[in-house]
Amino acid sequence: MPKEINDDDIQNITENIDELEITAVSTQQSTPLVKTGSNPLRVILDGFMGKVVKAMTIFSLLLLVLIIIGLVLKSIPVLKDNPLSTLLFSSQWSPFKGEFGFLPFILSTVYVTLIAAVIAIPLSLFTAIYLSEYANKRFLKYAAPMLDILGGIPSVIYGIWGVLLIVPFVRDDFSAWLGVDSVSGYSILSGGVVLAVMVFPVVVQIVYEVLKTVPHELREATLSLGATKWETIKKVVIKRASPGIIAACILGFSRAFGETIAVLMVVGNVVQIPKGIFDEGYPIPALIANNYGEMMSIPMYDSALMFAALILLVIVLVFNVYARWVLNRIEKSIK
Amino acid sequence: MTSSTIKSHISIKDLNMHYGKNHALKNISINIPDKKLTAIIGPSGCGKTTLLKTFNRLIENVDGTNITGEVLVDGENIYGKNADVTNIRKKMGLLNQRPTPLPMSIYDNIAFGMSIHGIKQKGVLNEKVEHFLRVASLWDEVKDRLHSPAARLSIGQQQRLCLARGLAVEPEIILGDEPTSALDPISTKHIEQKFVELKEQYTIVMVTHILRQARRIADYVIFMYLGEIIEHGPTEMVLGNPQHQLTKDYVGGAIS
Repeated sequence: MPKEINDDDIQNITENIDELEITAVSTQQSTPLVKTGSNPLRVILDGFMGKVVKAMTIFSLLLLVLIIIGLVLKSIPVLKDNPLSTLLFSSQWSPFKGEFGFLPFILSTVYVTLIAAVIAIPLSLFTAIYLSEYANKRFLKYAAPMLDILGGIPSVIYGIWGVLLIVPFVRDDFSAWLGVDSVSGYSILSGGVVLAVMVFPVVVQIVYEVLKTVPHELREATLSLGATKWETIKKVVIKRASPGIIAACILGFSRAFGETIAVLMVVGNVVQIPKGIFDEGYPIPALIANNYGEMMSIPMYDSALMFAALILLVIVLVFNVYARWVLNRIEKSIK
Repeated sequence: MTSSTIKSHISIKDLNMHYGKNHALKNISINIPDKKLTAIIGPSGCGKTTLLKTFNRLIENVDGTNITGEVLVDGENIYGKNADVTNIRKKMGLLNQRPTPLPMSIYDNIAFGMSIHGIKQKGVLNEKVEHFLRVASLWDEVKDRLHSPAARLSIGQQQRLCLARGLAVEPEIILGDEPTSALDPISTKHIEQKFVELKEQYTIVMVTHILRQARRIADYVIFMYLGEIIEHGPTEMVLGNPQHQLTKDYVGGAIS
């Protein structure tokens, strides 16, 4: 960075030059501590390690390709027997008759994740904003480890918590409050709530880190224009952090699509297209987890479940690609 | 001119600031002269920036600060109970060490401050955006790309944009926290020239660590050391004929 040189700097530089000359003289007189000339082993190791890290990286990237190839190969039998449109858009599901319509599972997956997003995104965003912009150090000292623990709880515990608390609440209180009766409580709403609670700590932590990277000076500059704290947060801090916030949501919800056990425990697992938030649903991960034990006993069932897994993977990939496209557009508008 | 006839926008009485256990500002009492350029000088960590940021209450955003005493802006104690902090800040444009363009277009950077203060008519905004970009000598360089992101401007242009943005909310005072320290010599010259022009209409207070800059453009100099004001007065007196030993050492280059 170009900088004005003041008198002090010039003085410092001249002093440094004097010192340099003195060291130059003393090096010539003393015997060198480090042997000159290259050690061939070091050179070989250097080249070798470069290749090792590259090989490891390619291997991990290859995993994705291998998984996709495996799923596609295993899906071929069911794809040969049924047109793709039937598989994706039919809701007839009777494995014994060889009818595989995946629409109920696809929609259940999307709905549960959407409900979770509607609950978790505002909750995460506001929490992260509080922690980053308002909370004092003492509060943070207690809140940060609590979020860590929340994020580290095994998902089966969230499932049990959902069964014991969320399902009865949805059945007895929330449905009555909305004037809906005769619901079981096992529903895509319960699945969404449990999922939201699971995703929330991860998203909060990432969004918090992202907000912390917004320079303090930018907040000061906005405040100095006479903006209120909330105007500063809403119009400048969030805007500047928006690519990171979106990236946090992508990360959180890529996991959410595939979250299995906790959702499976509260979502009802009924093969139907959910018509409302109190209806039972049957997301793809639950389908696979519930049936992989018997998939070999029914013809074509194993191939159908592999195809289900492939659909899930494609949903996650499409979601990721779309979200990154949005992210790029936003980045271009501010950079 | 007697001292009572010197009007001052900012007048500080017995200001003390603690940051945790650190006594960062000690018994500061001073009047900042109106429509003059005042430079705050002193070695790193002496409280120059801290003092500057008490003027518009930005310092209280730092966790663990405790302030006692008074800062009077236009006769109103800004640390008083009923002080309207957004209104106080609106009176002062701020230039930071590094330019801080808002994450939006060049046009919106200038219009932002005006729109939060209620100016919404497109015609008025267009006119004012042009006016303040001209004041900062930036109009000719950006008039064809007003709607591209401000972050794409060069550092020097960004700093002039920040100046225009600060002026657009029509402040009475301009605060500069080493506003040229990240700039190249030509951009530095631009900002210095602007400051000299603007002091006809505005009270300017700038922190600087460059003595020659203070000599070049300041009318009035405040020398601080370890949180205290050691000496203050017209530039030629403080820098030309310092009274206090610490000031002599600093001006002579013995402490930095």
